Amino acid sequence: MEVYLSLFVKSVFIENLALSFFLGMCTFLAVSKQIGTAIGLGAAVILVQAITVPANNLIFQYLLNDGALAWLGLPDVDLSFLGLICYIGVIAAMVQILEMVLDKYFPALYNALGVFLPLITVNCAILGGSLFMVERDYNLSESVVYGVGSGAGWALAITALAGIREKLKYSDVPDGLQGLGITFITVGLMSLGFMAFSGIQL
Amino acid sequence: MNAHDREMAKKVVLDPLVDNNPITLQILGICSALAVTTTLAASLLMCLALTTVVMFSNASISMIRNHVPSSIRIIVQMTIIASLVIVVDQLLKAFAYDIAKTLSVFVGLIITNCIVLGRAEAFAMKNPPMISLLDGLGNGLGYSVILILVGATRELFGSGTLLGYTVMTSVNDGGMYYTNGLMLLPPSAFFIIGLMIWGIRSWKTAQVEKAEYEIRQSHHSEVI
Repeated sequence: MEVYLSLFVKSVFIENLALSFFLGMCTFLAVSKQIGTAIGLGAAVILVQAITVPANNLIFQYLLNDGALAWLGLPDVDLSFLGLICYIGVIAAMVQILEMVLDKYFPALYNALGVFLPLITVNCAILGGSLFMVERDYNLSESVVYGVGSGAGWALAITALAGIREKLKYSDVPDGLQGLGITFITVGLMSLGFMAFSGIQL
Repeated sequence: MNAHDREMAKKVVLDPLVDNNPITLQILGICSALAVTTTLAASLLMCLALTTVVMFSNASISMIRNHVPSSIRIIVQMTIIASLVIVVDQLLKAFAYDIAKTLSVFVGLIITNCIVLGRAEAFAMKNPPMISLLDGLGNGLGYSVILILVGATRELFGSGTLLGYTVMTSVNDGGMYYTNGLMLLPPSAFFIIGLMIWGIRSWKTAQVEKAEYEIRQSHHSEVI
């Protein structure tokens, strides 16, 4: 149990996808002007991440990994080079299915997430989560925890940044730094703050 | 190629370098710009990989642009890009294994690099293959300029070396330079790009964003 708790804390704070691996930066900077939309996008990322990381984990373990096709009688086949195209396919398909399911059964949630769901396919935090899962050899239960944790970390970061930017727009910023420039500096300071967690050992 | 074509080609290649830079103006492809720039060698390899992918994805997407129904175009583009990235990834693993290892997942993440998909949507779907290839080259170079500058700054000040050669001998090796550890950590990349944007926008004032709220000096009679 402690293993999972420590993995969760690690993926939320210490190895925050946005602030220490710079993943999902394009959306992170573009959709963080208001807290409301930031929370919506954050929730969508947690949901998609929690589904796609375990799904890709199963695909990797039972289809792509070296020797994974032994159950078909093909123990020498290594399809891991097909990984990238499979993961992105799974992500695109999952997002599409999720969109249809939400539209049918949870229309309120569907309307709240709105345009953010399709945007998530091209969010590198999602693909990055799956790639890290493969690189670090997580098993199925670890990958569930990692998916939820890394999604939550990203959501936390974007919500915090949106909060700061809502106040920041009233401040007097030099011309050239206005907008994108000052946002970069702010994110840099946040990332510096999150580095304080890096000493935590669980 | 007549004079007009040549003029157009020149514009397509040179524009993204400063005037319409994908990173500092269009906010595209920032993730990898920040993550792989701790050493210059890794940045150079990443630039090479991305430029190759964006050039060929632009060219191939432009070739099939009239045959793809628009409802499934994104998935078609994704498949083309993912296949190109797999080729690049395998080549890097074969010929530059050590650096490819330090790039870890970021080569794979070229698939979701918004520059590639963004250029495919914005340019390659509307223009013939040759000019799309050049547009890919231009945007790849625009990305490379920023990446190389950030990579050089971080490696030079972070460890006193460039491409692994010692430029400023650090104190640990008996020299004069105290290495700046912050430069090797994630936050420095944000600061450097932020300051770089400030620099570019002070030079090209047309790129300055308008403030959402105007701050004006209040006259003391208003305050009272």
